[in-house]
Amino acid sequence: MTALVLLDHEEGRIRKSALSAVTAASQLGDVHVLVAGDAAVAQVAAAIPGVTKVLHAADAQYAHELAEPLAALIVSLAGNYDHIFAAASAVGKNVLPRAAALLDVQPIPDVVSIVDANTFVRPIYAGNALATVRSSDAKKVLTVRGSAFDAAPAEGGSASIETVAPAANLNVSEFVAVHLSDSERPELESARVVVSGGRGLQSEEKFHILEPLADKLGAAIGASRAAVDSGFVPNEFQVGQTGKIVAPELYLAFGISGAIQHLAGMKDSRVIVAVNKDPEAPIFQVADYGIVGDLFEIVPALTEALN
Amino acid sequence: MKIVVPVKRVVDYNIKPRVKADGSGVETTGVKMSMNPFDEIAVEEAVRLKEKGVASEVVVVSIGVQQAQDTLRTAMAMGADRAILVLSEESPEPLAVAKVLKAISEKEQPGLFILGKQAIDDDMNATGQMLAGLLGWGQGTFAGKVDVADGRVKVSREIDGGTEDISVALPAVVTADLRLNEPRYASLPNIMKARKKPMETLKAEELGVDMARRLTVVSVAEPPQRQAGVKVGSVGELVEKLRNEAKVI
Repeated sequence: MTALVLLDHEEGRIRKSALSAVTAASQLGDVHVLVAGDAAVAQVAAAIPGVTKVLHAADAQYAHELAEPLAALIVSLAGNYDHIFAAASAVGKNVLPRAAALLDVQPIPDVVSIVDANTFVRPIYAGNALATVRSSDAKKVLTVRGSAFDAAPAEGGSASIETVAPAANLNVSEFVAVHLSDSERPELESARVVVSGGRGLQSEEKFHILEPLADKLGAAIGASRAAVDSGFVPNEFQVGQTGKIVAPELYLAFGISGAIQHLAGMKDSRVIVAVNKDPEAPIFQVADYGIVGDLFEIVPALTEALN
Repeated sequence: MKIVVPVKRVVDYNIKPRVKADGSGVETTGVKMSMNPFDEIAVEEAVRLKEKGVASEVVVVSIGVQQAQDTLRTAMAMGADRAILVLSEESPEPLAVAKVLKAISEKEQPGLFILGKQAIDDDMNATGQMLAGLLGWGQGTFAGKVDVADGRVKVSREIDGGTEDISVALPAVVTADLRLNEPRYASLPNIMKARKKPMETLKAEELGVDMARRLTVVSVAEPPQRQAGVKVGSVGELVEKLRNEAKVI
């Protein structure tokens, strides 16, 4: 059995959750990967252990991983594969369901565990339940939750690289611009430590109080939906059911009450620390260590204590 | 231009879902049901486009059980003009829903579909993309901002590292993310008015769509529960525990 994995990438780097999709796919057999655009990324992909072939879509129409041409390309390649995987990333979630519809397949999003070649486990209801589903489709089209599988290693493989012919393009969409947040920090979904802030941070200016602490811990910065909705930080910081799903070694939640939809995005973290002035905040029910108090005193004190 | 907005009746987002004792699913009987929150955002966006004069009519569609008519009435109280209820079993799969919507599209000839990006029950995040694929239309998913002009829709999309702007030719499919807008509350007079707005009822089979499920639910289980830990009295104590007990810093 051979699986095809769409490897999505950003600024020349393969997304970590796409490497998790490689790990998931390798549980079922041989793995081929598809890289759209950036030729340097195809080179990097060839070194991933367990990958036996890299399909590189070099044509300019694939440069921005737009859904319409990329889904059509996947459909054109699908004949050789029993399983088609992608990360449950913005790209994977955009492209794979479209490809699945064109293949007349019901996709299986957000897989957290593979039972066998037809049977998969996925969270539903914001992670309040885990559904085990068996697909009767001839091909399976799945996206994989990055936090549930280790990322495949970067070095050790030597796959061949094959340039694939473009598929017919509908020419219905155009890339205009991308606005990425400048950050020297680790990617939120793959960081070992995440420092997260909620409504308790009070304002965009005050949110910066988390930065020295994140610097000290080498942490990514996250936020609750309330903090994003209030405009303290942009949308890409959001951790939760509809934002990023993270499972770091250490998750520090400051001024976050712990709404169900936030917990859905971080409750698989190994160690959770919560700081909140409300002793009844639901976040304390999932936290390993809690401090009831004023985060504007505790954050600087903690930063200082780590010196 | 006509806009079609599909809406789904789901367990209200304030209710903590309960897994059935026999592991066959999540309890939905006797539970408060509401419109999927992302679909409320989609309805709001369509109504705003009508108020701006971009859209001429907003048609809402729900595919599910008879009670979904309540969800459609809510959408009409928010400002949608008419509704179509397509009867099927509860919560059909996105592939079947996309096929029903394609059949509706052939009848209604809309210029734009706006959907919620995902339903908060099955969390599939698939129907909009699948519909766009079946129709051969462009898609602007996870929209944080939508502008319709000159036969195109410009969509600012929420992506992993920030935002991305794309331009899609009409007709098109857009899926709404959280921050596209803040949906209005329906006023009492508008709720009354919505009762008189037209609602057509169809059966999925009449549209020639095969609703058979491709996924069999083997079991539904509660995830492992996390235990609450300890409250510590000071930052010093926290650092000591993180270093020596959790060994994480």
